[in-house]
Amino acid sequence: MSTGHRFVSTDRRVREDRRFVAGKGRFVADIDLPNTKHVALVTCPHPAARIKNIDKTTALKMPGVHYILDGAELAAATLPLMTGLDTPNVPRRPLAFEVARYSGEWVAAVIADTRAQAEDAAEEITVDYQPLAFVLDAEQALEKGSALVHEAHGSNVLLDKTFVWGEVDKDFAASPRRLSLRVKWGRSSTVPIETFGVVATWDPWREILDVYASIQMPRFSDQIGAALKIPNTCVRVHYDVDVGGSYGVKRGIKHTVLCGYLTRRLGFPVRLIEDRLENMRGGDAHGPERLFDVEVAFDDTGVVRSMKMRALENLGAYAGRSPFQLGKPVGAIVGPYKIRSVQYRAIAVVTNKTTQDAVRGFGQGPTNLALERCMDEVANVLGLDPLEVRRRNLIRHEEFPYLIPSGTTYDSGDYHTVIDKVLADTGYDWLKSERDRLRGQGKLAGIGMAACLEPSGGNATFEALLNPKITTSTFMDSCRINVDGAGAITATMHTTSSGQGHETLVGTVIGEVLQLDPDTVRVTRPDSLNSLPSGTPVGSRMAIMLGGAAFHAAQKLKAKLAAIGAHDLGIPVERAVYEHGNVHDRQSPSSGRSWADLVNIAHRNYHRMPEGFEPGLAVEHVYQVPTGGTLPTPDGRVHMYPCFSFEFHLLLLSIDPDLGRPEIVRYRLGHDCGTQINPKIVRGMTMGGIAHGIGAALFEEFAYNDEGQLIAQTFMDYLLPSSHEVPPIDIIDHETPSPYTVLGQKGSGESGYLGAPAALANAVNDAIRPLGISVNTLPIKMSALGDLIADAGSRGPE
Amino acid sequence: MHIKLIVNGIEHALDIEPRTTLLDCLRDNLDLKGAHAGCEHGVCGACTVLFDGVAVRSCLMFAPQAEGTPITTIEGVTPGPGELSPVQDAFCETHGMQCGYCTPAMILVAHALLADNPDPTREDIVDAISGNICRCTGYAQIVEAIALAAERMRGANRPSERQK
Repeated sequence: MSTGHRFVSTDRRVREDRRFVAGKGRFVADIDLPNTKHVALVTCPHPAARIKNIDKTTALKMPGVHYILDGAELAAATLPLMTGLDTPNVPRRPLAFEVARYSGEWVAAVIADTRAQAEDAAEEITVDYQPLAFVLDAEQALEKGSALVHEAHGSNVLLDKTFVWGEVDKDFAASPRRLSLRVKWGRSSTVPIETFGVVATWDPWREILDVYASIQMPRFSDQIGAALKIPNTCVRVHYDVDVGGSYGVKRGIKHTVLCGYLTRRLGFPVRLIEDRLENMRGGDAHGPERLFDVEVAFDDTGVVRSMKMRALENLGAYAGRSPFQLGKPVGAIVGPYKIRSVQYRAIAVVTNKTTQDAVRGFGQGPTNLALERCMDEVANVLGLDPLEVRRRNLIRHEEFPYLIPSGTTYDSGDYHTVIDKVLADTGYDWLKSERDRLRGQGKLAGIGMAACLEPSGGNATFEALLNPKITTSTFMDSCRINVDGAGAITATMHTTSSGQGHETLVGTVIGEVLQLDPDTVRVTRPDSLNSLPSGTPVGSRMAIMLGGAAFHAAQKLKAKLAAIGAHDLGIPVERAVYEHGNVHDRQSPSSGRSWADLVNIAHRNYHRMPEGFEPGLAVEHVYQVPTGGTLPTPDGRVHMYPCFSFEFHLLLLSIDPDLGRPEIVRYRLGHDCGTQINPKIVRGMTMGGIAHGIGAALFEEFAYNDEGQLIAQTFMDYLLPSSHEVPPIDIIDHETPSPYTVLGQKGSGESGYLGAPAALANAVNDAIRPLGISVNTLPIKMSALGDLIADAGSRGPE
Repeated sequence: MHIKLIVNGIEHALDIEPRTTLLDCLRDNLDLKGAHAGCEHGVCGACTVLFDGVAVRSCLMFAPQAEGTPITTIEGVTPGPGELSPVQDAFCETHGMQCGYCTPAMILVAHALLADNPDPTREDIVDAISGNICRCTGYAQIVEAIALAAERMRGANRPSERQK
């Protein structure tokens, strides 16, 4: 790894790890407040039903039961939860009010001394339901005459916007060839091993609602305050709770508003820790379920000129921010390719399925799948090599910064070199001969590849793109540094973490700037009332944004130290040299002030401080998203994220033709996320992302039966990849620094996941193409693949 | 009901409901929070503890079933405040975790594996942890951690090459 850095990009340990290996993480379920009562939930067994009556009589007499809350009481006392789109007739509430809209939706909450007592009592509550017509499929939900999930809204469509960027019709007319493809991304999610949990406690004398939650969500305390109709200054979210995995979905706003209401109503701490069934069914944490119809126009050499993409999203029953997952991919709608015009139609419908929330990549993974399947099919119809087709379409290194048709400028990249490095590691000819050897053995074997972008930095301008009432053009993050009177450094960050190593990030960056051992920098997380603004760890943004904030705060501190030193030495500040915490005179290096001298001046000798300086050594920086600050244009062009990481997946897959069982024979990833601040963290994120992508491609699905029941409710039906399913993977790093970030870093929190499903789908299709079949629906489950192969086999080769 | 559990070498007399799982008992009655609830139906392995040295899922056992058998939790393999076992240290060295939620269970599984097999192959390690789901890492750095711990533990207390 390149450097010039002292600590950045070096192989350093991750400071958070010490507490985790000892079992001393502090997760929400570990928080025991005295006198805490527990919540269990009554859920609707129907996909749609009117709630006619809730009989609580028996349950209220059960041992340990304190209270039973229903949706009517909660709706009267609170406001609906925040939504992203302007859809006032689609209110979302913690408990169903009058109508329940998916099987598993929460209808009532029981509060008891123990979780077991609460569950026992929940079983004794009798709800009288009038089942209603329901709709599960997104295309059916679009049809006239479909059951309406929210009758007052008048249709099931929450969003239907068409964007045209560039001369689509002209480019299509001028292209000799075109093909269309229907691709479906199945309903899966991130499904962290820790479920969502929250403990809330109201102090009526201080008027503070303390919230401990397994949360990863922007504007969390704002949303709690708004729903509970209390000022944000009465909500104190504790950011020093370790989050046991999130990857986007830990957004338990409804859980938190429910517990917040209950603790205010009942006067004791209230705790709701999802069990696995609640997490998978009623936790509102499903991910995108997206149907793409894509048409591409190209020439005989495989150069793609234009694309029409229709994306239909099945949101489930309610929507918070989830429809925005159709908006973020606009910022990388052409992937790493020079497609010069695009028509994009984004449609989001409600159905009687579990509500979605944000999932790793925020919609980019499905979009990448659609793009990469198209690239392979273009190669296929032309009889060209898919690698060669990609090479012809990829943006070249010298073309950056590169403006794509939808209005975003890509920062930097060297895609051809990354691919060349992967091929130097694993010869393409070798892969092909290995594929042919496997085929010779009677296996189905295929090579899969995907060239994908990871937009990073997390500017949220997709909000304004899809909802003109929103005018947000920043998504800041911040850091505060204080050097105390003894010279010790404490830095703060202002959000939770769910495994990304943010404390290590902050320590490393500050250590780098100040040229001091990062391990001496204490990093803390104040609660929301003591914090500066943070956009939270979404959109692969923290290395860029928290790293940027820490960098600039440290620079301010360094400048202040240099000024104090210069003043005390009686030299102009331009002559002062900061080195390893000390300041000396450039013209007389032996004459200087040590760290201890400088701290002493700042904290105790105000008479030695430069005029106008604040005493002490406290600095802060609120960092604006690089390249951010603009709103979408009236014609729907938008500059979205500042940085674009690149990943190139290349794999060989073997499929047992009798079982349909896929086996990954070799997997290589070329990865370029600019400067890696901590290589161990980047590698882990990327490996984990690929594993997650293997799950989304081959195993994981929140499947529903025709009666509207979720049939994947346990880890025996919703299959997460184990160590057996994840092969050894080699990552070949390349480093194209971003010109827009403080250290050249880009994001990596979504890496691997954004391309693995596409690469696997391409590999499966390469393997089964000789049978004259294809598959374009994820997940490609072994059972379905086996059936498909058997059917093709009985038909004989085409 | 009244039971006695031997956890990390200490005997505890407890009054609990018979339906209390071993996991809930360890967490709620003994304040040993290192065992974590993941699925509570025996698939994810986050609740793993050592039951007479064997890795078991504490969510699938009732606490009374554990009476009389020595139980080791992550707190029991940690040598002392701020000190790490070779396995724990190896997990830090390779960053064999991210969020840390499955980590105590992974480390206990590694301890059980290495007690039986001081020189495991990659396949042995992959098999040993295959009942423990990690959603963050894709397992690579966990496998490397266990291999590194094995290597270091094999080398411990042996004379160095120079001394021979």
